[in-house]
Amino acid sequence: MTQALQLAAHLGAAGAGSAVPPEATGVTAIAWLVLVLPAAGALVLMLGGRRLNRIAPILGCLTVVAAFVIAVSIFFATIGAGAGDRVHEIPIWSWMPVQALQVEFGMRIDPLSLTFMLLITGVGSLIHIYSIGYMEHDERRQRFFAYMNLFVAAMLLLVMGNSFVTVYAGWEGVGLASYLLIGFWSHKRVAATAAKKSFVMNRVGDFGFVIGIFIMFAEMGTTSFSGVFANIGTVAQQHPGAVTAMTLFLLLGACAKSGQVPLQAWLPDAMEGPTPVSALIHAATMVTAGVYLITRSADIYNLSGTGQLVVSIVGAVTILVGAIGGCGKDDIKRVLAYSTVSQIGYMFLAAGLGTGVYGLAILHLLTHGFFKAGMFLASGSIMHGMNDQVDMRHYGALAKRMPLTFITMACGYLAIIGFPYLSGFFSKDPIIEAAFAAGGTKGWLLGGAATLGAAITAFYMTRLMIMTFFGEARWKNLTSPDGRAYHPHESGLVMTVPMLILSIGSLGAGAFLASGERLVGWLTPSVGEFAEPHPTLLSAGVITWGNVVLMLVGAGIAYVYFGMRPVPVTQPATRNPVVMLSRAGVGGDAINETLVARPGLWLARTSSYLDARGVDGVVDGVGTAILGLSSWWKGWQNGYVRSYALSMLSGTLLVAVALMVVNFS
Amino acid sequence: MNPTHYLMLSALLFGIGAVGVLIRRNAIVVFMSIELMLNAVNLSFVTFARMQGNLDGVIIALFVMVVAAAEVVVGLAIIMSIFRSRRSASVDDANLLKY
Repeated sequence: MTQALQLAAHLGAAGAGSAVPPEATGVTAIAWLVLVLPAAGALVLMLGGRRLNRIAPILGCLTVVAAFVIAVSIFFATIGAGAGDRVHEIPIWSWMPVQALQVEFGMRIDPLSLTFMLLITGVGSLIHIYSIGYMEHDERRQRFFAYMNLFVAAMLLLVMGNSFVTVYAGWEGVGLASYLLIGFWSHKRVAATAAKKSFVMNRVGDFGFVIGIFIMFAEMGTTSFSGVFANIGTVAQQHPGAVTAMTLFLLLGACAKSGQVPLQAWLPDAMEGPTPVSALIHAATMVTAGVYLITRSADIYNLSGTGQLVVSIVGAVTILVGAIGGCGKDDIKRVLAYSTVSQIGYMFLAAGLGTGVYGLAILHLLTHGFFKAGMFLASGSIMHGMNDQVDMRHYGALAKRMPLTFITMACGYLAIIGFPYLSGFFSKDPIIEAAFAAGGTKGWLLGGAATLGAAITAFYMTRLMIMTFFGEARWKNLTSPDGRAYHPHESGLVMTVPMLILSIGSLGAGAFLASGERLVGWLTPSVGEFAEPHPTLLSAGVITWGNVVLMLVGAGIAYVYFGMRPVPVTQPATRNPVVMLSRAGVGGDAINETLVARPGLWLARTSSYLDARGVDGVVDGVGTAILGLSSWWKGWQNGYVRSYALSMLSGTLLVAVALMVVNFS
Repeated sequence: MNPTHYLMLSALLFGIGAVGVLIRRNAIVVFMSIELMLNAVNLSFVTFARMQGNLDGVIIALFVMVVAAAEVVVGLAIIMSIFRSRRSASVDDANLLKY
């Protein structure tokens, strides 16, 4: 009895109630429209073909904006409700009614999914509008907007589903959309390869996710959130190993989707896709699906100390790997991609720190969504004005030529490095504090990694800013690879307005969401009560202002290296181990090569050898034997009637003799 | 009268017919040899009917004769048309139907 009470108390503390949430009423009941609108847009655009090229941008934007409007109205209908009334379910149909396997297709509208719905449709709308300008000259606009709508629909399915199987369906959907969009310019060989790489690496994670779902079904016979969270406590008592296995397999899935170590190598390559895609999918939304999955599974992770520890270690390692990766790249989008990897590392770190701080992961996710999407759109705007050149060594002194782009990038820059009282400051600093609050060696290591990562972030982002916007105008004496001279110019309003809106988010979203624990309080019904971390190793003030000092040091070093010396227009050779490590992608490809590609190749070669020599030998042998036998045998069919008669006679005699032997012996 | 003699005659006639089919090339002669074999068998049937004291063998012999007559009609027609087209009645010349 006592045990049951403790369990109940634990589950209550963990957040999601054990009972099935009430059905939605009012405007929440039409939440399915949020999902259906972009899906319908995708369908129409895909089936419509090229004749829709002219209206495709408008149709694509309208569906997403309409979805955003509905999401906002649901948000306002929910925000007033008490903590207990913010979770709703919308059953839609029985998806897989197979004896013990009962999967309902339904939606769960709670603060967590609503937050993601607003992020996806809100940032999605801005990026769709930006794409109108960015993709203006592309021959295949209809296809681009179809894929973008498909992505938005799949991502919404991912966050709105009320069971792990539904999430998985969306998970695969965003994987497909990501593949299609990375390889959108598939005539470029690198783009096609990058798309394939991302797809294959994501399969590794999908495999983990699926196994996690299988374990859930085997242990609890259900995959719905309410069912799993209600029963996970019992499983934790009977088979603690199963819970840890679940957390680790789900983490594998999350790592692949979110570009975390050891599956991070696909994300920088994914920058071969059009820039709006990088902003929407590979910065603001899809890559945060891993954080969503872990936060959503908070009730499972809370019961496995090992699982949480692994999540936070993965996060801490990724912070450093991503930050170092960003230091030596010259491709502006790749620097931003590595920075995304690193920032998602912070979210994983927070998610792994467990009960009470899941909300911080989501807070950083939202602010990151704003400032990183803004910076990607700014980089797209630079490329737009610079003949699609991505090499920062060809840039320089662009601040005057592209003032609005510069403002957007600067806002994002100040936010990401954690400049006091801007977005990143409010979301990153509590995570570092929470890491130190873990206490002991663990606290020092995790907190130290997070702090060091923040300093390196300031270094590579300052490098990016200086190389792009300040210094000499190196482009004056250079031409782009297609031989044209550079004429940098500001992009049109349709591109700059979404950028500026996002930069407002980069400046203010953190303060707005963090003040009075607004966001973390709102998320309570989904992820549990927020607990202010109390660092014991260092006081909160020391951590906060120490970080600011380290950030200034990082930025100062970058200024010394890149602001006070001329930047070479070709990449200089280096013996600096950090730069070499960074240029090699921090071993991401080497890990893939050693762990997966080589063993896979070996397996394939051995199987191929066995197939050629073993299986094929038997099959070919049987065939050859039959062929030889029949070519000898066909000689009997020689066309001479008399030889046929002889064989008939011989046969008859044989039968007669045999009969006689049998009858008379 | 000993039925064994009839049976031996029948076997002898059948043997002559079989050898004729195997060694002669002229289609007409081969045909005649086949008739010889059929009638050798008829002789055995009649002999056995006599030995058994019933009419079964005789009836079968009549059936064989009917079949033989039909066979002659068809067979001779085939031989005639082969001879017309190939100017030869040798069975070895008509060997196109082979592997």
